[in-house]
Amino acid sequence: MNTAPGVWLSGLAAVAALLPVLGLVAAAGRVRSAYWGMLLLCGLGVVLCAGFLIGDSAAASLSVPIGLPGAGILLALDGLSAFFLLLLMLIGTAAATTALDDDGGYAATSPLLPVFVAAMATTLLAADGFSLVLGFETMSLASFGLVLTNHREPPVRAAALLYLGMAAIGGACLIPAMALLVHAGPAGVDLGFAAIRGHAPHGWRAIVILALVLVGAGSKAGLAPLHVWLPPAHAAAPSHVSALMSGAMTKVALYVIIRLLFDLCGTGQPVWWGVPLMVLGAVGAVLGALRANIESDIKAVLACSTVENVGLIAAGIGLALAARAADLPALAALAMGAALLHAMAHGLFKALLFLGAGAALHGAGTRAMDRLGGLIQRMPVTTGCMLVGAACLAALPPTSGFAGEWSLFQAMIAGPRLGGVVLQMLICVVALLMALAAALAAAAAVRLIGVAFLGRPRTPRAAAAHEVGYAAQLAMLGLALLSLLAGLFPGVVLSAAAAALRQTVGLTMGDRASLLHISPQTSTTGYSAPAIAILLGLAIAGVAWVVRRRAVAGHRRGPAWDCGFGAPPAWLPFGDPITQYGGGSFGQPLRRALGVVILGATERVDMPEPGQTRAARLVVRSKDPATALLFQPVIRWRGALSAQADRLQFLTIQRTLSLIFAVLVLFLIVIVLVEQL
Amino acid sequence: MTPRIAYGAFSYDLAHLLGAAVLVLSFALLYQRRITSIIGFYAVQSVLLAVAAAWQGWVQDSTHLYITALIAFAAKGVAIPVALRNIVFRLRIERSVDAALGVFPTMALGVGLATLSILVVLPTTVESQTLTREDLALALSVVMLGLLSMITRRSAITQVIGFMSMENGLILAAVGLPGMPLVVELSVAVLVMVAFVVFGVFFFRIRDQFDSLDVSHLDRVGGTHR
Repeated sequence: MNTAPGVWLSGLAAVAALLPVLGLVAAAGRVRSAYWGMLLLCGLGVVLCAGFLIGDSAAASLSVPIGLPGAGILLALDGLSAFFLLLLMLIGTAAATTALDDDGGYAATSPLLPVFVAAMATTLLAADGFSLVLGFETMSLASFGLVLTNHREPPVRAAALLYLGMAAIGGACLIPAMALLVHAGPAGVDLGFAAIRGHAPHGWRAIVILALVLVGAGSKAGLAPLHVWLPPAHAAAPSHVSALMSGAMTKVALYVIIRLLFDLCGTGQPVWWGVPLMVLGAVGAVLGALRANIESDIKAVLACSTVENVGLIAAGIGLALAARAADLPALAALAMGAALLHAMAHGLFKALLFLGAGAALHGAGTRAMDRLGGLIQRMPVTTGCMLVGAACLAALPPTSGFAGEWSLFQAMIAGPRLGGVVLQMLICVVALLMALAAALAAAAAVRLIGVAFLGRPRTPRAAAAHEVGYAAQLAMLGLALLSLLAGLFPGVVLSAAAAALRQTVGLTMGDRASLLHISPQTSTTGYSAPAIAILLGLAIAGVAWVVRRRAVAGHRRGPAWDCGFGAPPAWLPFGDPITQYGGGSFGQPLRRALGVVILGATERVDMPEPGQTRAARLVVRSKDPATALLFQPVIRWRGALSAQADRLQFLTIQRTLSLIFAVLVLFLIVIVLVEQL
Repeated sequence: MTPRIAYGAFSYDLAHLLGAAVLVLSFALLYQRRITSIIGFYAVQSVLLAVAAAWQGWVQDSTHLYITALIAFAAKGVAIPVALRNIVFRLRIERSVDAALGVFPTMALGVGLATLSILVVLPTTVESQTLTREDLALALSVVMLGLLSMITRRSAITQVIGFMSMENGLILAAVGLPGMPLVVELSVAVLVMVAFVVFGVFFFRIRDQFDSLDVSHLDRVGGTHR
């Protein structure tokens, strides 16, 4: 079945090269043509990736004579990059379709959106250090521009600046990591991945590379504790951009982690290499899921849930890394397969949820949970798609989220065969944290749907919400369908990841993944989504039948305990919406139980003074521990350092000269010491 | 043509001696307290520099080093010291003293710096010929001592002398290196002349403002944002 692998690669390279041209087309004012072109190119990319993966083609590489003088850039397509490219192109197609909706105000993003997708595709196709960094940094810059789309609002500018700062930190770590990886041979520096694979790093070099990659790519993926930029940036960006950033860009960063740590660092790394990824992933998962229950902005909720899911995937990657080092290929394949499956599942359903949140923003004019409500009446298609996405987010069987998290948990449960007692205890703790995160994510999904889409509208604007255009509906429906299919047939996704698994851990899931069935071990029973779906369907139908059969004919309305949410009085046409459960009240038990400890949440009742006519307010504050424990101390140190440096500006002439003299003498002493040693 | 300068030859010894004499005068400049004697030692150092340059001109058989020597003698050996003395007498500070750190600490620092220079230059220039290396070491020591006297002195005049003795070190290095073009030395000399004029104007302005040449008075007006 080896049908000329170069064809797929050339096609994808052409797609990546033509997308920036569309950016120019859009800049020239032909916005709709650009989005149509992006739709076609991304669709073509989907076909090419699918063709490559279905054909199980051999890896191909292609040298492009542009880029570094004398070297050009090297592109390659293998199972790992094709898997992630497929996800990217699917989400790109959906984003372009959404943007074709006329009245969405999507024109402002048109020049940069194709460039953003092209940069991500370049990162995924890169086969040398230069093009990988080039693609990664272009991706950061393009997405920074896209986050800034509504730059007149101060929070957007603040979010974009935070994002740019984190991207700069990421770049400042990724580039040295790449520099440490490349091998300087007698024939000069060879940036190609093939040369790097031939000289895998070891010793302190490998440890530094691990740390730099975790910070450099992890900050982009949203790995704790560098996830603080995600909620504000995703909330600030236009929704189809958020969908791409959350669904595809975080996955591209995870791809970079996999590519560098699994592929380029070689197989000779110690077992503890997986530990940082597991610990950071589990901590981030709990943090993200808990924050998702507290945020009041629906897009920030989704972004926090992205932090959670990236954490889960990273924990799976870490387990695979440790298992591969411990020479347990079956476990490594299970963990890696689960991570890839969940990456695909999360990419699809999170893009769907962000597009749905964008539809809610478009239809009801706000992202604030406490100003929405009752959208199911006015936006049935959007709400239906959101329900599918939220079911995935809550990991309900038989959705794709369940398949991904179930396999991740199976891998974790199989994990204690690994390493010594310390590592085994650690894996148990990681598994516990992941379970907590999954439960919190389910609560967050219920909160999102229940508060924003069910109930009664809380504002007249929400009551007058209108459904989005057909193009945006089509994009959401397509992603919902894909999510459902991925949930029903996770074995198909795993077989698409087979080449990636063979490449990273040396073993595929084999017969543990089939069309209808996946199982953690060959001998044990596993999970068959279609069967679960049929059983659930039968159970629901049976319950409906019994209820209908035993119901009393006709119905009457009687007084009932209504939690203070009774029928609306006549003078309030929409009821008294404030008496409904809101986002804050739904999250209160979790906030009090866990938020006080983890997020330092505080509540204060702001009572009016006697005589004042304003209402009393409940002021709730919480702070991400990454901000409190990492960023604020760093900011304080930076301030102290710059104050010290500032004092140098006001030295006397003599002290300035003495300083220069002392530095000169110091350098000379260094020269002497270097000479002597 | 065999090099006229080689280890053990008379020309080598004399060049070495002259360079060392310039360095010794730098030490003398370092601990002198009376302004007039500092100017005097500076003049002697410049004259010795001129002799060293002339000797190098003869050894290297290059005419332009004689021009360098002439400039050094006329400008730094005669004109600048005379002008400085005039300034000192016009400002009526000929009796004032400008104490540096004290003889022993200054000398200890100076010896340390000279040692450091030798340690730096000798190992890093193994490929060059012997005289160039030692000449460079001496010149670097002179530069370092000039810098040291700049930062230990309080009066503007003595600081300027420190600056110019540092420049003497640069010229010493330049004449010791065969093939250094004249234009470099000329431009350094012109630079020093211009700097001297600027400093001269400055002395009078500082004096007018603060009734003293002590530059620590300038600190009060330096940092307006403090």
